[in-house]
Amino acid sequence: MTPTPLTVWIEGIGLLAPGLPDWASACSILRGAAPYTAAPSILPVPSILPPAERRRASRLVKLTLAIGLETAANAGADVSQLATVFAASGADGHNCHALCEQLASDDRQVSPTRFHNSVHNAGAGYWGIATQSMAPSQVIGAFDAGFGAGLLDTLGQVIVDRQATMLVAYDSEYPEPLFSKRDTPDCAGLGLLLTPEKTERSVARIMVTPSTEAAEKMADAGLENLRTSIPALRCLPLLQRLARGEYGPVCIDYLPPMQLSIDLQPC
Amino acid sequence: MSPLLLSCYTATTTLGHGLDATLAGLRDGRSGLKPCDFETVDLDTWIGEVTAVDAQKLPESLTRYDCRNNRLAQLALEQDGFASHVRAAIARYGKTRVGIFLGTSTAGILQTEQAYRRRDPVSGALPEDFIYRTTHNAFSVAEFTRDYFALEGPALAISTACSSSAKVFAAAARQLALGTIDAAIVGGVDSLCLTTLHGFASLQLTSSAPCRPYDATRNGISVGEGAAFALLERLPADTPSGAVLLLGTGESSDAYHMSSPHPEGLGARLAMEAALRSAGLQTGDIDYINLHGTATPANDAAEGKAVAALFGNRVPCSSIKGATGHTLGAAGAVEAIVCALALTHDLLPGSPNTGTPDPAIPIDYLLNSRPAKVRHALTNSFGFGGSNCSLVFGVAP
Repeated sequence: MTPTPLTVWIEGIGLLAPGLPDWASACSILRGAAPYTAAPSILPVPSILPPAERRRASRLVKLTLAIGLETAANAGADVSQLATVFAASGADGHNCHALCEQLASDDRQVSPTRFHNSVHNAGAGYWGIATQSMAPSQVIGAFDAGFGAGLLDTLGQVIVDRQATMLVAYDSEYPEPLFSKRDTPDCAGLGLLLTPEKTERSVARIMVTPSTEAAEKMADAGLENLRTSIPALRCLPLLQRLARGEYGPVCIDYLPPMQLSIDLQPC
Repeated sequence: MSPLLLSCYTATTTLGHGLDATLAGLRDGRSGLKPCDFETVDLDTWIGEVTAVDAQKLPESLTRYDCRNNRLAQLALEQDGFASHVRAAIARYGKTRVGIFLGTSTAGILQTEQAYRRRDPVSGALPEDFIYRTTHNAFSVAEFTRDYFALEGPALAISTACSSSAKVFAAAARQLALGTIDAAIVGGVDSLCLTTLHGFASLQLTSSAPCRPYDATRNGISVGEGAAFALLERLPADTPSGAVLLLGTGESSDAYHMSSPHPEGLGARLAMEAALRSAGLQTGDIDYINLHGTATPANDAAEGKAVAALFGNRVPCSSIKGATGHTLGAAGAVEAIVCALALTHDLLPGSPNTGTPDPAIPIDYLLNSRPAKVRHALTNSFGFGGSNCSLVFGVAP
């Protein structure tokens, strides 16, 4: 069988990372118009959630809602209708630590809320509750390859199912002692709203092909540190091309030895 | 969607290792549940434990993956000739053209739970021998399987709680349709751990008796463990008559609550409707519904409403969780294989432990296994966070 060309259009972009609080600010830094300064991620209060859920919202829920809402807003998309793909290395690290600590103690009566927040799809679940979207929502774990795995599944939904689909690739940190075993330094992630056809809101076209080349690195040491230390940000070279309006292929880390070459073209 | 061939499949649960044991257990209406004696857990509940999991030794080169979940994965991969069949497919298609799509909810978290009991009393550090990546992480079972077969293509884990390993069929079908791969190892693996046993107990969702899906007096789940795999391929020109096919997939979200289903079963209904649409079938074409049927009062009521609204009481339905326990992230794949057995062995599986079906749920609920011709089977899987998936299977004419 001849593979289908994996071509889709980008309609919206969102970003939240240490020193890159949103896509607009990130654009000027990635273009080189402003310097990159490392700073802890700023997680907005999820005002879209009902009060009870808002009070309980973890860092991870704040992160995924912020990225998803920014991406959808930049695309002018109706969040209540969007199919979504969430891809992350781990679930809520702080919650996981608290659960494991309690289960190692004499009192194993864990909190019901802690337990239901421990699922890998907590971000997707809160997204559904917040947006009232009953559309399909995929939740992927692929350790360091989360962005690539999420992108491939999103391409499947966009091209095969012919529906606009939003990818949210994100990661969050574990506290110690787990941090020593998985040293993701902070919350970060990005969103891409992809569509099967070009529309008046399309900002660029991408075509994805498997590759075995080395991934492109970031020239700026601070940004390169983000790329290598936070799995979702393996796609920073693509985001930099988008910010600069530079076109052509860019190779992104996926699952060794398989990489993804993403050919970025104007609409 | 274009139908896909399940060219080989296998399941391992507390009913036994592999298809023969599973089929015999289903035919006999046997329950594999027993009072909880797992690890150091002291809870008044029943569990579905797979025998001889800890006797599994991973290959020398893969010992970094050693944990209960990956031992269970290996045990299941070696049943029914599945691993040899996969190796033949890899020889045919190439090591970059066979993808891996595995569902799990807790992967090898037991390894972390035990490591927390061995923390350094002074520094609080986890023990040296604890490896997060290849045991606890959700991807560990997919990465283990990729390395087990020395594959170099796409791989992912899906972790949407109890719909995880149903959704892998949909994800794999999309990649096969795109042509990024020629075959897909799909499946689910979830193993007993402290988090789920104590977590479901804290939500008061575990029963102190063996679980009784759809029973008028049902009062909670029995946590089980299991692993099931299938190799999915595009239909060859010479598809043998009677071969099991994946015909349709349907996914939806509840958008309602993190740990309670939509009370009217609205998300469940959307998933079933989407699966029928995807298969190009009508409700009247379905001969058996494998229910999610966890045996909690709320879940069965919500699913029952959705099934009754769509199918009335015309279709025989059952849940096998009274036999296997709720295998959580593995349930979707385990129950897909149960549908395959129903289709290939003219079997409607019954529901051990269920005595009196809930009269408030107007569906045709099967208490005892019985022979019947099954041409199309639908299976439901619904998870925490409101993640729903329905699959439709059939047989090649």
